[in-house]
Amino acid sequence: MTTEKVLAPAATRSSPVSRRLGFRRQLGYLVLLAPALVALLVLFVYPILRLLFTSVVDDGQFTLEHYRRIVEVDLYLRVLRTTFVIAVQVTAICLVLGYPLAYFLATLRPRSARLLMILVLIPFWTSILVRTYAWMVLLQRQGVVNRWLLELGLIDEPLRMMYNRIGVLVGMSHVLLPFMVLPTYAVMRGIDRSLLRAAANLGASPVQAFLRVFLPLSLPGVAAGSLLVFILALGFFITPALMGGRTDMMIAQLIETQIRTELNFAFAAALATVLLVITLIVFAVYNRLLGIEKMFGGGY
Amino acid sequence: MAERVETLEVSTTVRSRRRSVPWARIVLGVFSGLVLLYLVAPVLIVIPMSFSAAKYLSFPPPGFSLQWYENFFSRADWTQATIQSIRVAVTVMVLATVIGVAASLALVRGSFPGKEVINLIIVSPLVVPSIIVAIAIYGLYVRLHLVQTFWGLVLAHTVLAIPYVIVNVTATLRGFDVRLEHAAQSLGANGWQTFRYVTLPLISPGIFAGAVFAFIASFDELIVALFIAGARGRTLPMRMFEGLRMEIDPTIAAVSSMLIVFSILVLASAELVRRRGRGESAG
Repeated sequence: MTTEKVLAPAATRSSPVSRRLGFRRQLGYLVLLAPALVALLVLFVYPILRLLFTSVVDDGQFTLEHYRRIVEVDLYLRVLRTTFVIAVQVTAICLVLGYPLAYFLATLRPRSARLLMILVLIPFWTSILVRTYAWMVLLQRQGVVNRWLLELGLIDEPLRMMYNRIGVLVGMSHVLLPFMVLPTYAVMRGIDRSLLRAAANLGASPVQAFLRVFLPLSLPGVAAGSLLVFILALGFFITPALMGGRTDMMIAQLIETQIRTELNFAFAAALATVLLVITLIVFAVYNRLLGIEKMFGGGY
Repeated sequence: MAERVETLEVSTTVRSRRRSVPWARIVLGVFSGLVLLYLVAPVLIVIPMSFSAAKYLSFPPPGFSLQWYENFFSRADWTQATIQSIRVAVTVMVLATVIGVAASLALVRGSFPGKEVINLIIVSPLVVPSIIVAIAIYGLYVRLHLVQTFWGLVLAHTVLAIPYVIVNVTATLRGFDVRLEHAAQSLGANGWQTFRYVTLPLISPGIFAGAVFAFIASFDELIVALFIAGARGRTLPMRMFEGLRMEIDPTIAAVSSMLIVFSILVLASAELVRRRGRGESAG
């Protein structure tokens, strides 16, 4: 570790001139870094630390009162459970829809794959509000889907697909699916196809070659996509707020109502801390498994 | 003889396998097509609906009308929110791009203690849920009297946008040959000249992508704005959210269509810049 750090700069810039300039240059880099670092420390790290502090201190006294309330009140525990269950369900849906799609795209010639990838990227770049609106129009009682199903005679009365779990899952999966497809596709593209041919030559059936060779090699992409979808789903607000029912309240909505209608900042801070800790644990797993550089760097 | 039989066998099994594969591929293709339809159809169905002559949204629309567009452009609450969003997003884009490019140079070229921690801090706004950032900044702003101010919102969005710029710019910086900078310096260019005439042109696709991300990060942001912008500084996403929460206001179909066309244009221009950047480095 240390030898690497000592050796690496020496190898990249060996000229004596640059070595003499080394210190001034490093100082220059720190100056360049300073605005971003100060902005993040003042407007992101400090306020969040302050939030943690608010959640455990009341009138200068240390207290776990707010956390006890989360654990003891049935409603709050239910919100935590709902949040977790919805995040797992959405991740599963995205995996089931996203893996075959990524696999299909990865088997196409790069040019055609890139064309079809546009269809994944258009929703990715479209505002979540716009997409949620589209789903509301489609799924509401007098919505497009219900009307078509009625006209086709498939149903006798409109289905309830909104203001319940179905609406939340359909809407959230739609928003988060690109986050599954992009990393999975990127990893699949990098898999050496000759390995599959080698497996076939050794007598593996296509199914065996897929299960024993391709699937294990694609797992890093699957893990990246799943963890990303799961993290993003945990903190989701817009879709459940607009398309969810009363019983599908997620933690982000609970935090919002605690501040905006109950004006209970300390309790909201405790809820936010719980959400933050869970998110950071998943993030740490991600970092350990795959490295954070992979999270937003590649894929498209 | 025995060998020949074996090769014959192999070739027949290969052929039968080839014959069995298309069915699997057709099923896979149809399934993928349906998933793509699920992704794109809701986005695209909004556009024809925005031209609907009906009072309620239906598809296919019963007749052509521009009523929802008229409604959007004639109502001050919609236009003011749009103007406010553009002002905030453009300011955020400029600030975040300048700050982010500077930080990217330092992160890729410099070596200093604590670099890994700094990297972690910089990407963390991308994974920490917006609701946490929103109430944390709200708590800070209440004490600093920055709630419901233009610059309060701009600063908050800038912090959320900087990571996007850094991720995009560091990616291009890493894929570029440092020896080009060394060559410029050995020919007598100073630090600024090297940056201006060598580094900047080569990383411009990354900067462009980062700037676009920064703009969108602010322009689409709802949750932080909901807490700190206030009714007078209302942004377009806030206005849309209100419209969706009360009743489903069809004016949103018109707004959405314009936003969809806008994001397709953005996507297309980002792709063009990327291709041009790649063409230059290849040629």
